[in-house]
Amino acid sequence: MTERQIGDVLLSLDNISLSFGGVKALTDISFDVREHEVRAIIGPNGAGKSSMLNVINGVYRPQQGTITYRGEVRHDMDTYKAAASGIARTFQNIALFRGMSVLDNIMTGRNLKMKAGFLSQAIWLGPAKREEMENRRKVEEVIDFLEIQHIRKTPVGRLPYGLQKRVELARALAAEPSMLLLDEPMAGMNVEEKQDMCRFVLDVNEQYGTTIVLIEHDMGVVMDISDRVVVLDYGKKIGDGRPDEVRANKAVIDAYLGVAH
Amino acid sequence: MSFFFEVLIGGLLSGVMYSLVALGFVLIYKASGVFNFAQGAMVFFAALTYVGLLEVGLAWWMAIPATLVVMVIVGLLTERFVLRPLVNQPQISLLMATIGLTFFIEGVAQLMWGANVRGLELGVQDEPIAWLMETANINVSRFDLMAALVAAILVTALALFFSRTRIGRALRAVADDHQAALAVGIPLQQIWAIVWGVAGAVALVAGLLWGARNGVQYALTFVALKALPVLILGGFESIPGAIVGGLIIGATEKLAEVYLGPFVGGGIEGWFPYVLALLFLLVRPEGLFGEKIIRRI
Repeated sequence: MTERQIGDVLLSLDNISLSFGGVKALTDISFDVREHEVRAIIGPNGAGKSSMLNVINGVYRPQQGTITYRGEVRHDMDTYKAAASGIARTFQNIALFRGMSVLDNIMTGRNLKMKAGFLSQAIWLGPAKREEMENRRKVEEVIDFLEIQHIRKTPVGRLPYGLQKRVELARALAAEPSMLLLDEPMAGMNVEEKQDMCRFVLDVNEQYGTTIVLIEHDMGVVMDISDRVVVLDYGKKIGDGRPDEVRANKAVIDAYLGVAH
Repeated sequence: MSFFFEVLIGGLLSGVMYSLVALGFVLIYKASGVFNFAQGAMVFFAALTYVGLLEVGLAWWMAIPATLVVMVIVGLLTERFVLRPLVNQPQISLLMATIGLTFFIEGVAQLMWGANVRGLELGVQDEPIAWLMETANINVSRFDLMAALVAAILVTALALFFSRTRIGRALRAVADDHQAALAVGIPLQQIWAIVWGVAGAVALVAGLLWGARNGVQYALTFVALKALPVLILGGFESIPGAIVGGLIIGATEKLAEVYLGPFVGGGIEGWFPYVLALLFLLVRPEGLFGEKIIRRI
């Protein structure tokens, strides 16, 4: 197996601060994400991890700080633009389209790749039909990759939790993102499901070269699969580095285990 | 026996007309979770605009596309100025807004075209089909049959559109989860604009057919009320549900009128659908085709 080449800085966050009214969610946080790496964000509950992901994804706009993506400073970001620029994500509380089948859910991930106009779709013209077929083929690849062929036609609301998480990952992958944000992809899973999910995340990273930013609570998982780890606590950055460096960091240990008074 | 079939067929065909109105509700509800109270007013507005344009001197084949354009514009304006400012507000605010919109549209319609009752001629007479009359002795209105055909075509087209195309899929996705839809790159506002435009077009078809049947007048807005039991039976987010619901309501109200009516002094056609809807709510609150409410505990 060839070694992944970690590339240049893809995303750089500088002095990000975000507050909701008087509540400071993030204070002066800076870190970067390099191309093709697996970057983890960890921290105790309420540390601001999901807020951080929402800033990258354009759900929240930070009051201060700059975000540079692919060498360009991003202004006026919103969720739609983030998706259009190649950032896909999954949510902490699964956000699938519950009434739709697995296949339809994943097909929505192809939305930005499909260009046929309203009218040609309305009358099911040749180009619209061909486009539908092509994208369906791509979706089938993703379905094979994540081993969910058997539930293709099942409405997602009926699936067990672990599989729903996998379908959500499939929908994100269908967009062929350059950066994938995963908000607690293994939360609430049993050991086998976690192992499967780890394998998929690493496979995505290796085979497609997708840059991955993930939030995860399971320290074993984080230390195993990430290249670099950012540690947040009470909205501040208290550690950043390779897993072994972070593990040895005094501030990190204190945040997780508490400090003797 | 042929009398029974005559009543049944007449009921089913008038049921299709209810379905047409219900369809407008379903479209908007599916995509934005809004119960658009103004759908009846939109039906009225469409019929009035069409008749008004004819009076001004337009030929029917020009007046129909012109009215379609007007209805799509009404839909788009509603999305832009009523719905969009109320994004993420409680359901009740949205409902109140559409009720307000109802009065607004009715007012504007009468301001523009006056409050007189007008006739609307579609070129198909409301008379029995001779062939059926002779062979089976069943009285089926030519007009009703045409209306049913138009509705069937419209519904098939919409159902295919929603299940087979990217926009249809995006629309269902938006209905399910706004945030997730945005995150996969579905432009929310574009989808809403399309839905309101299509709802305007459906209102036009319903307006033409109902206008031709009852005359174009203010009372046309009340056909929306008949759509309510249809929606309860069929489920608020199902296009096939709107059709089947309409057929059931149409057929049962006519049969009840003929066979039960005499025992209670007649006139039950007006309220029977609501009683049926009420009973249905007790048994299957999500409707025949509604999404089953699954709760995990």
